[in-house]
Amino acid sequence: MHAFPAKDKALGMYLSMYRIRKYEESIYYLFLEGIMPGTIHQSTGEEASAVGMLYDLRKDDWMASTHRPAGHDIAKGISVRAMMCEMFGKADGCCGGKGGAMHTGDISVGAIPANAIVGGNLPIAAGAALAFKMQKKDNVVVCFFGDGASNEGSYHETMNVAGLWKLPVIFVCENNLFSANTSIKLTCVQENVAADRAAVYGIPSEVVDGNDVIAVNEAAQRAIKRARKGDGPTILELKTYRHGGHSRNDACGYRAKDEQEYWIEEKDPVKNFRKEILDRKVITEKALEKKEAEIENEIEEAVEYAKNAPLPANESALENVFWGE
Amino acid sequence: MNLRSKMFSGENDMAEISIAEALKSAIAEEMRRDPSVFCLGEDEDIPFGMGGAFTVTSGLGDEFGSNVRIPNPNGKGYTVKGADDIGNVRVLNTPISEIMLAGVCVGSAMAGMRPVADLQYGDFLFCMMDQLVNQAAKMCYMSNGQVHVPMVMRAPCGATNRGAQHAQSLESYFVHVPGLKVICPSTAYDAKGMMKQAIRDENPVLVFEHKLLYGGKRKEAGQLSASGEVPDGDYTVEFGKAAVRREGKDITIVANLLMWYKAMQAAEELEKEGISCEIIDPRSLVPFDYDTVLASLEKTGKLMIVQEDHYNLGWGAQLEAYIAENAITLLDAPVTRIAAYDCPIPFSPTLENYVIPSVDRILEGARKLARL
Repeated sequence: MHAFPAKDKALGMYLSMYRIRKYEESIYYLFLEGIMPGTIHQSTGEEASAVGMLYDLRKDDWMASTHRPAGHDIAKGISVRAMMCEMFGKADGCCGGKGGAMHTGDISVGAIPANAIVGGNLPIAAGAALAFKMQKKDNVVVCFFGDGASNEGSYHETMNVAGLWKLPVIFVCENNLFSANTSIKLTCVQENVAADRAAVYGIPSEVVDGNDVIAVNEAAQRAIKRARKGDGPTILELKTYRHGGHSRNDACGYRAKDEQEYWIEEKDPVKNFRKEILDRKVITEKALEKKEAEIENEIEEAVEYAKNAPLPANESALENVFWGE
Repeated sequence: MNLRSKMFSGENDMAEISIAEALKSAIAEEMRRDPSVFCLGEDEDIPFGMGGAFTVTSGLGDEFGSNVRIPNPNGKGYTVKGADDIGNVRVLNTPISEIMLAGVCVGSAMAGMRPVADLQYGDFLFCMMDQLVNQAAKMCYMSNGQVHVPMVMRAPCGATNRGAQHAQSLESYFVHVPGLKVICPSTAYDAKGMMKQAIRDENPVLVFEHKLLYGGKRKEAGQLSASGEVPDGDYTVEFGKAAVRREGKDITIVANLLMWYKAMQAAEELEKEGISCEIIDPRSLVPFDYDTVLASLEKTGKLMIVQEDHYNLGWGAQLEAYIAENAITLLDAPVTRIAAYDCPIPFSPTLENYVIPSVDRILEGARKLARL
């Protein structure tokens, strides 16, 4: 049994998860309408991981995300408007329209541009952590990756030095049981793909219910404290599930119906935590509905803004190939 | 006072030093000037080791601290030379993990450091291609300038009787990637000035250093002396400015690294035959100084390109295409391009000499070109 957090923190975490859920739903419908370019890798169902991990992080701590970055970015503090503009390829996007859905980031809130090469962000996160250590700062880096990344060479090269050099980084495996369309049962012998391969690198690990935001947050606090103290990295493996497909046109025919029903109906992190905060009388349902409506408005406004926002000038395509040029 | 201690003493005069020493001097001075500069790589600062692969970084840990162990003088066991805590050293000996090496450069550079990595052999660049091409080269762009990656990747290159996987000239792979700067210093003066410029550059810079030009302690068959006078004090050599190594009026030869030295040998011979060659060393391939080549062609009307890289789509092909597109009327004859044949670099010294452009091939090509 977990210690339940203070009311304002519990509410804050819920609303952050709700914002991610509604943002992703809104993106989904915009795609169905056919008015949004590109592809999407949605984090619906994995909100507890993003919020639980990042809620207690400082703004000047860094976060490295993946091809499925929206939840992480919003939880780290990028505005829904800047995210939405980026999705529409607009000049006001967090990356000026040059990044897109898989590269959103805003370094002013500590969100490194998200990385769409599986495992590509792992050594980069280690490098940033090394920099903080050399600069005698107490900042930490949270680095998300999927179960699939644990089979990349970059994972093993990075974990080796992270453990060896005691780098202030928290590696977070969001194990959603599928590497794109392929079950993790087909890709490695470990049940816990990241955590079971942590000890060999001298890195402590925990396996956590990734859909329980309190459990995730408690594990995050322990790992952040270790890293900030100079005790080195932690690998957290969060068991979770994406409600939707790997990407835009993925109907998930490769997943068992009963498995999907279990995760989506019984293990929905947003629905379950909503019930919990109401049961614990953190807030009345009426007051909560009002706050939820505010978030829905925030997202609707962001969509309207993004639709009408100016496109980037063609010349901007040639800017920042080299910094400041 | 030997050269090395003189180099470290900060005396402001000119010393004749090798490229290996010039690179070391540049790195040491930059580390003194800027606390964010640090070195990393396999075999860095191992006592009695090679200081990277070619002695460039040996001894830097004495001044800046490193994480290596030295055998005790009494023959029993080891002592940590610098510090176990890598937060307290600036010469970082790493495992042989190229993806990690490049990725740690990218991440630490984004977070305000200026890593200078030693790759041992340029051929290992392929092990870190994702981090260089997808990460280092694109982070600034994808983030629209929110982050940038001031890192230096030092890649020894060139064929030296080591076989196909320790022999390649790899500049052209990276010339193709927007977001990477590519330099190939080939004199001691340039090595120091361009290394300093690379460390101060706000973008990822790949530095190709020819193994036969280092003049390091490890002697190489076919090694040339590239030692030269280098000021002890601070100076930089701007990227994108070619050096005219020899003035002439009949043929313009553009050649980099070891190849312009071979072209110089050929030019001496050709001069006796009445063929006057102008030799241009581009020094940096990204950015590339087309103007100096065009100015030379105004004079000569004939262009020869010599590169140690393979013939098919090297930087020389890009130069040739640029001239064809933009300045074909300056040419009085077709361009002659001399490059390594399109086969992996063979081990046997006989075969290697055959595959890599030789003075004889340059002579032959120049004579033919002069007659056109």
